[in-house]
Amino acid sequence: MKFTLSWLKEHLDTTASVDEIAETLTDLGLEVEEVVNPADKLKSFTLAKVVHAEQHPDADRLRVCKVMTNEGEKQIVCGAPNAREGITVVLAKPGDYVPGIDTTLSIGNIRGVESHGMMASERELELSDEHNGIIELPSGEVGQKFTDWLAENDPAKVDPMIEIAITPNRQDALGVHGIARDLAARGLGTLKPLAKATITGQGACPITVTIDEDAKTDGCEVFAGRLITGVKNGPSPQWLQDRLRAIGLRPISTLVDVTNFFTFDRNRPLHVFDADKVTGGLRIHRAAEGATLTGLDEKEYTFPGGQVVISDDNGVESIGGVMGGLSTGCTEATTNVFLEAAVWDRIQIAHTGRALKINSDARYRNERGIDPEYNMQGLDDATQMILDLCGGEASEVVIAGEVPDTSRAYELKPARVISLVGMDIPEAEQRRSLEALGFRLEGNMAHVPSWRHDVLGEADLVEEVARIASLTKLQGQPLPKLPGVPKAILSPLQKREQQARRTAAALGYNECVTYSFIDQKAATLFGGGDDATMLANPISSDMSHMRPQLLPGLLRAAARNQARGFTDLALFEIGQAFHGGEPEEQSLMIAGVLVGRTGPKDVHGASRSVDIYDAKADAEAVLAAIGAPAKMQIMRGGEDWWHPGRHGRFCLGPKKVLGTFGELHPKVLAEMDIKGPAVAFVIHPADIPLPKKKGATRPALVLNDLQPVERDFAFVVDANVEALTLVNAAQGADKAMISDVRVFDEFIGGSLGEGKKSLAITVRLQPTDKTLKEKDIEAVAAKIVEKVSKATGGQLRG
Amino acid sequence: MDDLRNKYIDLIAGASDEGALEDLRVQAVGKKGEISLKMRELGKMTPEERQTAGPALNALKDEINAALAAKKAGLADAALNERLKGEWLDVTLPTRAMRQGTIHPISQVTEEITAIFADMGFAVAEGPQIDTDWYNFDALNIPGHHPARAEMDTFYMHRAEGDDRPPHVLRTHTSPVQIRYMEKHGAPCRIIAPGRVYRADYDQTHTPMFNQVEGLAIDKDISMANLKWVLEEFFSAFFEIDGIKTRFRASHFPFTEPSAEVDIQCSWVDGQLKIGEGDGWLEVLGSGMVHPKVLAAAGVDPNEWQGFAFGMGIDRIAMLKYGIPDLRAFFDSDLRWLRHYGFASLDVPTLHGGLSR
Repeated sequence: MKFTLSWLKEHLDTTASVDEIAETLTDLGLEVEEVVNPADKLKSFTLAKVVHAEQHPDADRLRVCKVMTNEGEKQIVCGAPNAREGITVVLAKPGDYVPGIDTTLSIGNIRGVESHGMMASERELELSDEHNGIIELPSGEVGQKFTDWLAENDPAKVDPMIEIAITPNRQDALGVHGIARDLAARGLGTLKPLAKATITGQGACPITVTIDEDAKTDGCEVFAGRLITGVKNGPSPQWLQDRLRAIGLRPISTLVDVTNFFTFDRNRPLHVFDADKVTGGLRIHRAAEGATLTGLDEKEYTFPGGQVVISDDNGVESIGGVMGGLSTGCTEATTNVFLEAAVWDRIQIAHTGRALKINSDARYRNERGIDPEYNMQGLDDATQMILDLCGGEASEVVIAGEVPDTSRAYELKPARVISLVGMDIPEAEQRRSLEALGFRLEGNMAHVPSWRHDVLGEADLVEEVARIASLTKLQGQPLPKLPGVPKAILSPLQKREQQARRTAAALGYNECVTYSFIDQKAATLFGGGDDATMLANPISSDMSHMRPQLLPGLLRAAARNQARGFTDLALFEIGQAFHGGEPEEQSLMIAGVLVGRTGPKDVHGASRSVDIYDAKADAEAVLAAIGAPAKMQIMRGGEDWWHPGRHGRFCLGPKKVLGTFGELHPKVLAEMDIKGPAVAFVIHPADIPLPKKKGATRPALVLNDLQPVERDFAFVVDANVEALTLVNAAQGADKAMISDVRVFDEFIGGSLGEGKKSLAITVRLQPTDKTLKEKDIEAVAAKIVEKVSKATGGQLRG
Repeated sequence: MDDLRNKYIDLIAGASDEGALEDLRVQAVGKKGEISLKMRELGKMTPEERQTAGPALNALKDEINAALAAKKAGLADAALNERLKGEWLDVTLPTRAMRQGTIHPISQVTEEITAIFADMGFAVAEGPQIDTDWYNFDALNIPGHHPARAEMDTFYMHRAEGDDRPPHVLRTHTSPVQIRYMEKHGAPCRIIAPGRVYRADYDQTHTPMFNQVEGLAIDKDISMANLKWVLEEFFSAFFEIDGIKTRFRASHFPFTEPSAEVDIQCSWVDGQLKIGEGDGWLEVLGSGMVHPKVLAAAGVDPNEWQGFAFGMGIDRIAMLKYGIPDLRAFFDSDLRWLRHYGFASLDVPTLHGGLSR
């Protein structure tokens, strides 16, 4: 919403400066976005008088002038045809910045003659496009500031423009009068009452108006108008043109400019039809699907059906409350005009505007809400202005529908206001603020003014009082501390998330935060990409689906880094992934990827390609950090994006999967543009059972001082026998005595023959009551061999 | 006897290696060694002779044994020294590479925020990122036609044909967590709710996903003045600068009333932003007293309970605190950026140890 200072002063009697006004507006909730003061760029210019002008000795079109300035007589070379003795001019001196030519002047030398400044044209000062000659002022003294002269003689040229942002609740501030009301309520001046015109119409309006039954509900509340005959349309008066220009509007003709004036002055959109182009009466109804209208913006609109429109016998002529039609619009030739003032359903206006993609000033205001009670007075006021500016004769008013009753009242509870805001605002001041804003108080009941659609309860009264009292003055008051030492506040899952994050970073992974939406191709590769997780209005096709996993985002990140020349990567992310489109269909995941080598090639030969045991080790470290049980089964049968033979799942039973590690499927890596080896892990922290025990006490430490014994065994088994099977079998040989079983060697093929391998284990025996003798050890060893053979079909290697 | 001693002491001193030393040991104190043989002769002596010769021979044997041991140790030391002379490594060679992991600034700053608010008694609540339009809008007093809906650039989820429910949305703010939390836990409560939010906007300063933290405190008599205090305490703790001032400006949010936009004190010197000094103001968050309709929607009686809520951009205050220029880079995972702006794994922010290094 834009307005100028002089416009504001039409409604507000104030001596406040522009800065004060701007600061107050922002504090009141009408946030100032911009203040443009045209005087700022003109303030260095002064008035001067040409005392002598003669032909330049060396140039036909130039004149050498002697100019009287506040710094004495100066010589200035000028090319303007009107540069002549006796005229009063606007002088720019060396050092001055001239906005229209974007130049800071210096002493010039033009064809051998020195020039000490410049006499400016209107265009050079960005006052207008006029550049046929330099400015000739009809009055003014040498040395007078040009801005002072303008303020006195042409104030519109130095009228500061203020632009404010309007929050959706403040429809009343969409007119200058409403803004003035807010400032007056704060005490920054006095609100000037609006002049109320009284029009006595001559004869009935020949254009009839009806509202169809189905347009009465949620369509058009009231539609009033009158015919004004014998008007003379044409350019509007200069003051009106200046005002509209100052807020960025193009003056069109008096009739149209009057409607725009009321739009911005009073938040009262109006429409004018050229009555001679209207055939028959006006009917307000819902548009048929496929009906069309060429709007005042000369674009053709096709109605989806149901929008509230105004038709005559020729068809649709106007989109009610949104935009008029071109064919019945007023032109300079218009002599008979039908002036419309109506109140439309706000939601209906919003739907129509959205459906037709029209963002007009009328839609903006009718959608947020205008003052319905001003409808009939507004019609008279605008009629008066047309009669004043264009002459003519007004008919009686024709009206369909009724001005809606918006009266309502809420209780002002002064103590509650103080309790909510935490500011001591005396009751008298609370009442005064509301009354200044147009509320009528009956006891403690505050009757809401008809222009405040947003005030719908007691809380809204509190806001109004607080706003006028100024929240800038609010002083902080301590929030009572809860007694004692603050308690831990993280949930087990939140704590797991933090532990996992810090563990992964400690393992050398860089944390990424990637977008929650990815492209469909990547989503599909990882089990998603279906309609349920699709955005209806994605910002780009790269971001069309909610991620089903964290891995695709990490792999895309890895690919981007590879493209930048970083080939060895360890990236992780912790976040939500989405297995459906319902709110509960998200789950927290931890994912890490390792790409390339363990590090750059090095003198120790330690660098090697990453493999699944790296991913497994890191996954185990993260799982341990977040409280996963030490014993987990490793199972196969993971999702399709893993290498089928090179991945494992950490399980508690066949259905409880805590995580997966492995190599990614080569096809997936190719699709994701990853070069080189890549392994990954995924962990589901919410699926890890919570510890059963309460309290921090640990079980007692049981130490045994008897010497443990280690024995090695090597078994020849089928190549597809898994080490864990063998280890578990060995462990089971004597659960009490065997404290640890470790695989320390794997050898495949060779002399063992096709399909066979050797697995070597170290078994640690920890006696509990007496030192082991050789025969005890042999007994356990025999049992281990027996158990392993039974479980794996393997043989002790000879 | 002195001759014998001198002979062996000299021989031992002159031994060049452990083998020669062993030969000498056998020769002197072995079973048939010279000294051992002499000791056998003691039996043939008279008691008087024996009384002087016995101790002398024993002493001689001990002396020789000690000399042998000392020489042996000397020889071992010499051998070790000789070996160590050849053992030289280039200690300037680089080590085996170790990866340096990092924590993303969003995670770090979220933990900082959590630490500060935990001290003021706020718990951490979470909610779904895909949410119903009821939680995201209606329950927050934003009805279907409200212009605020259009202004929020909402992402909508696809709605299958035949499913007549309004489409779900990607939450446009963390405020729905207020509703979900109060529905479940009622009042009084103090929570923050950090997390991802989404708006269909992408340019220099906007990304379609960003991070917000919601704050909510409900009790019998919590006021806007308490909100101001909480925020000022928060900013001073977060930016680690005492006495940061805030300015409240009246504004409008459908879910709070009264509503205020909050600015923090700052200065601009040579294009450099400094928080907590000067007379400039920087808008950092929106806030207000929770609207009675919002409390009612969450099942909390607005006649009994009142309190404040605020919403603040985590990425934004991370940028302000750590001087990170571009929001878009937060989500690009450029390794150079992650390393430069990331935090070490053990830099856990605490109030007692300080939030930042």
